[in-house]
Amino acid sequence: MSSTTIAATDAAHADAALEKPDRGTVFYLREEHHPENGTMLGFWIYLMSDCLIFAVLFACYGVLGRNYAAGPSGADLFDLKLVAINTTFLLFSSITYGFAMLEMVKNRAGTTLAWLFVTLLFGLAFLGLELYEFAHLIHEGATPQRSAFLSSFFALVGTHGLHVAFGCVWLVTLMVQVSQRGLIPENRRRLMCLSLFWHFLDVVWIGVFTFVYLMGTL
Amino acid sequence: MASGTDAHAAGHAGHGHDDRHEGGEAHGSMRGYVTGFLLSALLTAIPFWIVMGDVFREPTTAAIVVMVFAVIQIFVHMIYFLHMNSKSENGWTLLALIFTGVLVIITLAGSFWVMHHLNTNMMPGGQHDMEQMR
Repeated sequence: MSSTTIAATDAAHADAALEKPDRGTVFYLREEHHPENGTMLGFWIYLMSDCLIFAVLFACYGVLGRNYAAGPSGADLFDLKLVAINTTFLLFSSITYGFAMLEMVKNRAGTTLAWLFVTLLFGLAFLGLELYEFAHLIHEGATPQRSAFLSSFFALVGTHGLHVAFGCVWLVTLMVQVSQRGLIPENRRRLMCLSLFWHFLDVVWIGVFTFVYLMGTL
Repeated sequence: MASGTDAHAAGHAGHGHDDRHEGGEAHGSMRGYVTGFLLSALLTAIPFWIVMGDVFREPTTAAIVVMVFAVIQIFVHMIYFLHMNSKSENGWTLLALIFTGVLVIITLAGSFWVMHHLNTNMMPGGQHDMEQMR
């Protein structure tokens, strides 16, 4: 439908609406109204605000990260092998989500769902390992209450983990949506938003493993 | 990249919402994802190797090198996974990103600067006080 026809129909409907104003004129557009979809930009702005949340938590950790209160330090606590495995999980989940998006472009719902499922497994593996690490730390007495370092550590890494957890919930929701309704434009848009969210979390994790784990161990 | 675009066009033939691609490659290509993945794997492995293998004698040198790798990897992710370019959404995403980057730098640098001075100047019984007492 070209823009001129839209304008013409609009004008016709507008005339009808003038005559009978309270019948609730309904406009039907056969296609998405405009290619410049505001959702993606809006979601990007949300991600940027999320970025600021993480920046504040990073600043907190940067200020408090060496205040051990005579407790354990990062070098005593962190198990870098575990962190390396976790980083690998997150990196793999990023590329499998990318494959899901490529399958979505090719309009194959089945393989898209398969790749989304693989992504979910990697996300859950990441969360499982992180929870195991937290449980281990708390068991050792390195609780968030122990020192300013541990408070800021749990706040930063926990917030990232919480984001991944909600990303997983979102992923399951979208898998149900896609399996029930297929790759309709709405689902495509949602999948693209989650794609941004998921890759963004991977970018934040780069900051976490570098700034917290690697530099904390040095 | 040209073959990727052709694949898009072929995949979309017959249903009419490929308009979104006007703003550039919104989904990336297989080649882009694999390149990004390989680069990130490399850029992750090297810092871990540096720290776990005690490659540098000076911790400060190691810290700086590791941070440089992180910054490069963030750029790799931005380009290959988040598909940042100056054309998407008419450049508004890039503008938002730059704005956020400025805010993040102010937040981080400002916090460290102020808190560092607070620590050195106001810590009771700190080195500063000791020197003045002499």
